[in-house]
Amino acid sequence: MASPIPEGIYIVGVGMTPVGEHWETSLRHLALEAIQTARAEAGGLRPQLLYVANMLAPALSGQSHLGTLVADFAGLRGAEAMTVEAAGASGGAALRQAYLALRSGEAETALVVGVEKVTDKGSSEVESALATAKDADYEAVHGLTDTAQAALWMRRYLHEHGAPADALAGFSLTAHRNAVTNPHAMYRRAIELEDYRKAGMVSEPLNLYDAAPLADGAAAVLLVRGDRLPPGLPHPPTRIAGSAMSTAALALHDQVDPLWMPAAAESAGRALQQAGLQPEDVQLFELHDRFSVHAALSLEAAGFAARGRGWELAHNGTIALQGRLPVTTFGGSKARGDAGGATGLYQVAEAVVQLQGRAGENQVPGARVALVQCLGGAGGTAATHLLVQELEAA
Amino acid sequence: METSRHWRLRQQRYALVGEVCPSCEQRIFPPRDLCPDCGEEARELYQFSGRGEVYSFTTVYQAPAGFEQEAPYPMAMVRLEEGPLVTAQLTDLGDRAVQIGMPVEMVTRKLRADGERGMLVYGYKFRPLLNGKS
Repeated sequence: MASPIPEGIYIVGVGMTPVGEHWETSLRHLALEAIQTARAEAGGLRPQLLYVANMLAPALSGQSHLGTLVADFAGLRGAEAMTVEAAGASGGAALRQAYLALRSGEAETALVVGVEKVTDKGSSEVESALATAKDADYEAVHGLTDTAQAALWMRRYLHEHGAPADALAGFSLTAHRNAVTNPHAMYRRAIELEDYRKAGMVSEPLNLYDAAPLADGAAAVLLVRGDRLPPGLPHPPTRIAGSAMSTAALALHDQVDPLWMPAAAESAGRALQQAGLQPEDVQLFELHDRFSVHAALSLEAAGFAARGRGWELAHNGTIALQGRLPVTTFGGSKARGDAGGATGLYQVAEAVVQLQGRAGENQVPGARVALVQCLGGAGGTAATHLLVQELEAA
Repeated sequence: METSRHWRLRQQRYALVGEVCPSCEQRIFPPRDLCPDCGEEARELYQFSGRGEVYSFTTVYQAPAGFEQEAPYPMAMVRLEEGPLVTAQLTDLGDRAVQIGMPVEMVTRKLRADGERGMLVYGYKFRPLLNGKS
């Protein structure tokens, strides 16, 4: 039976709130809820380091200084705490920082919590806040929104690759189907191809089912170095075997080729290389699906499909829960819900639940290797982690 | 009100002035002083023609703050004939249906009001090229 690698970095606890319109719950309370669940899974372990992933609190809650706000509120005064912001990749970026810190040997334990509170403000203010992740002087100033940018991207994708109008439907169908059995998902109704084809346009060609709902939520992940794992953990810890980030152009129009995400490709390649694995070793992929076009491009960037053919994996059953490469296994951003900067940590928490065999009706059988990737903006940032389950229950 | 910020960008907003890289001759918009292609210093100003074609397009219905009065508005990515891709609204479409590849030319239009009683912000939009001439 495998033993922990002393210099390995392990996930010993996870916690997630449902994603939704939490009218009764504040930013700090959401964070606390996720933190308490994660710490309880590890016998109440107190982390030395705290990273808070968030992208919109300054704009939508008038609140910066989140590292200390959360440390203070969660009974962790004294922890080394800071906010990590990388737009939609904030969650993965925060995990990367915690990983690097523990790998340095300067600390043994770290808590990473993503939290987002978007429902206190109206939609035009939320759109403006989201626009700060774009190029302010050359994209946002023209009235470009995330949805419009994704629509421009999607139209070009379908055009250049000669794909049918419903090519990206499979991502939404898969996400919704998986969320039916996820009691914490925001939307739990399965949809059919006809629903997608008849759906109202949001920003053509992007329809209602091509865009994930943005709402409130928090997800936390507790890390411990392999030589300091506490005894008696209820779940065998999951190892972070690969961790990488990369950047590309900020504005979609500045990408060398708008239909290729070099940061996603680079970070996925490095994460796999660190773990000594190939794409075919990956048994599930929690990919970035805030918009359906992200999902197609992410599959291509990571090497699971040729350029322009990522959408086919969503049509031929490959990405279904029973398929060769399940994605969005608990509903993804599309159906579980998108919690902005926290989404990257929802992905990690869900992958851990899969690898530890705790996924119930959503279980990918025998899953031992999971790839997790979140993106900032139009692929301007990519944070990719490769999780492996080597340890088994005693 | 950000007067100084918009003033700094006036040559780009009103006149599509970018740079040309002395090392690799890449035309660069917007100007960024370091060539994104070869990484060398590129501070030589370059005047773009304003002509290009539609690379992609959509319509914005759910507008950000400051743009609600304009919604719905057409949005595009335009491939300038010299190479760079820009994001901008389309204008003066009339009944014309937009298509990828449609020739367009740059015009200066109001982008929005900067705050409720703030200054008007002007910048580039693109309109269909009329009869193949600008």
